[in-house]
Amino acid sequence: MATATTSPAIEGWFTTGERPALVGTRCAACRTVFFPREAAFCRNPGCTGETFDEVELSRQGRVWSYTDARYQPPPPYIPRVEPYEPFALAAVELEAEGLVVLGQVADGYGVDDLTVGAQVELVVEPLYTDDEGVSRTIWRWRPLAPAAAAAEGTASDTAAGEGNR
Amino acid sequence: MSTEVAVAGVGMHPWGKWGRPFQTYGVHAARAALADAGLDWSDVQLVVGGETVRNGYAGYVAGATFAQALGWNGARVATAYAACATGAQALDTARARILAGLCDVALVVGADTTPKGFLAPNAGERYDDPDWLRFRLMGMTNPAYFALYARRRMDLYGATPTDFARVKVKNARHGLANPNARYRKEVALDEVLASPVVTDPLHLLDICATSDGGAAVVLTSNEFARRRGLSVLRLRAVATVAPTFPNTVIEMPNFATDSTAAVAVADLTFRDSIAHAAYEEAGLGPEDVSLAEVYDLSTALELDWYENIGLCKVGEAEQMVRDGDTTIGGRVPVNPSGGLACFGEAVPAQALAQVCEVAWQLRGQAEGRQVEGARVGITANQGLFGHGSSVIVSV
Repeated sequence: MATATTSPAIEGWFTTGERPALVGTRCAACRTVFFPREAAFCRNPGCTGETFDEVELSRQGRVWSYTDARYQPPPPYIPRVEPYEPFALAAVELEAEGLVVLGQVADGYGVDDLTVGAQVELVVEPLYTDDEGVSRTIWRWRPLAPAAAAAEGTASDTAAGEGNR
Repeated sequence: MSTEVAVAGVGMHPWGKWGRPFQTYGVHAARAALADAGLDWSDVQLVVGGETVRNGYAGYVAGATFAQALGWNGARVATAYAACATGAQALDTARARILAGLCDVALVVGADTTPKGFLAPNAGERYDDPDWLRFRLMGMTNPAYFALYARRRMDLYGATPTDFARVKVKNARHGLANPNARYRKEVALDEVLASPVVTDPLHLLDICATSDGGAAVVLTSNEFARRRGLSVLRLRAVATVAPTFPNTVIEMPNFATDSTAAVAVADLTFRDSIAHAAYEEAGLGPEDVSLAEVYDLSTALELDWYENIGLCKVGEAEQMVRDGDTTIGGRVPVNPSGGLACFGEAVPAQALAQVCEVAWQLRGQAEGRQVEGARVGITANQGLFGHGSSVIVSV
């Protein structure tokens, strides 16, 4: 069996491929969405739901806030390169799901490329290389240029539409 | 039924990086608080310890550890943990047992010995622990969460790094004469702005350090205080508030907020609800407050607290610090102790240290940093995993 050269840094939290998306769950009773997944008991205090559907979350959202990590975070963070290279982080509002989700910002972008309210899109990129030489991947938020954001916005996003009901 | 008990004594071990066992600081603070109260260790019927998670088993059973170190005297023991709000949770436990008539005198102690650098999660491969995962999957440190809040103030309310630096300059000046503060040195605006950016927009001097330290508070029933003729302050509120679903502000150590898809957002944010509950419990309002001790894990977070505890409206905090409203001598001084900026954080001791400062201020004993005519003091603090706390003490 061939060894995989790329694999998610964590199982089941996001899809890969051309249009990657975060994977959450939605309570079948009250339709509250959870990320990371909740599959046992609904956390809406007015709901006793115990059945959940897996849902892909909106691939686009608006920046709630952002920052960066100028110094190497402590373990269990695993740096990708030596010497350490800073990366940016963003909290992103997904309107349909009513969630704000954190993530690193895509390679090549920093805090100067972001503002509160700016539109971003989910991508999957390498996070670190593990002991077996496998590139472990993670979701990241990539800023969309205003024009691209408008164009993407017209191509209705099925995941977002799904979560909107 | 009254929910009031008496604050009979307070004590601290100076904050620093002393490298000694946490019990040392706790016992020192406990003895200081007992001496301050004019009570003896043999009077104490309950010891509530604030748990420290960085000092092995002795830290997990802190209440017993302190009681044993002071010499088992028959007092019951309890241990509380609520991250940064641990001290308030411990205080709440002591108050509850006093109010239930189960004891008259309780000693509440918190102490910590901390490692250098970023607070990191427990070791091991812990894929079911969000506190571990946030480092592995995102490299998301505590200061990075503070930076998100800071940046939002900039983009929404026009805050600048200079406004954040003003908080540091103010707190550094406040703490100059505080014998328990770790950092006692004036800091200039330029020094803050010239210090390296750790997590944009926060500079190194915008972020609090971690420290060793210990703090203790002696609570008694009002009846006991009267009988013994103690000179006491009134513990008006200990609000240990948890969030209401959906909690819509991203918080350490979480990856996401709760979803608002099914349940509408509450009127108050979690942080707003903390002091709100304390005011309700005390029958007081922000207009009654003489001073506040708030959790300035970062300079910008202190500005958030001004709004959260009702000192000003949302978006007006920058103006308050620019106008000197929160400086000693101003309208409502905030962090007259010097705050975390001068102390650094000793997690299980910090919420108690806030209460110690309020007590000294109300008694007119805050030498070199006294808020004149202080009658009511409020503390506010938030511990990760949904632990809010706010304590109100009055003369």
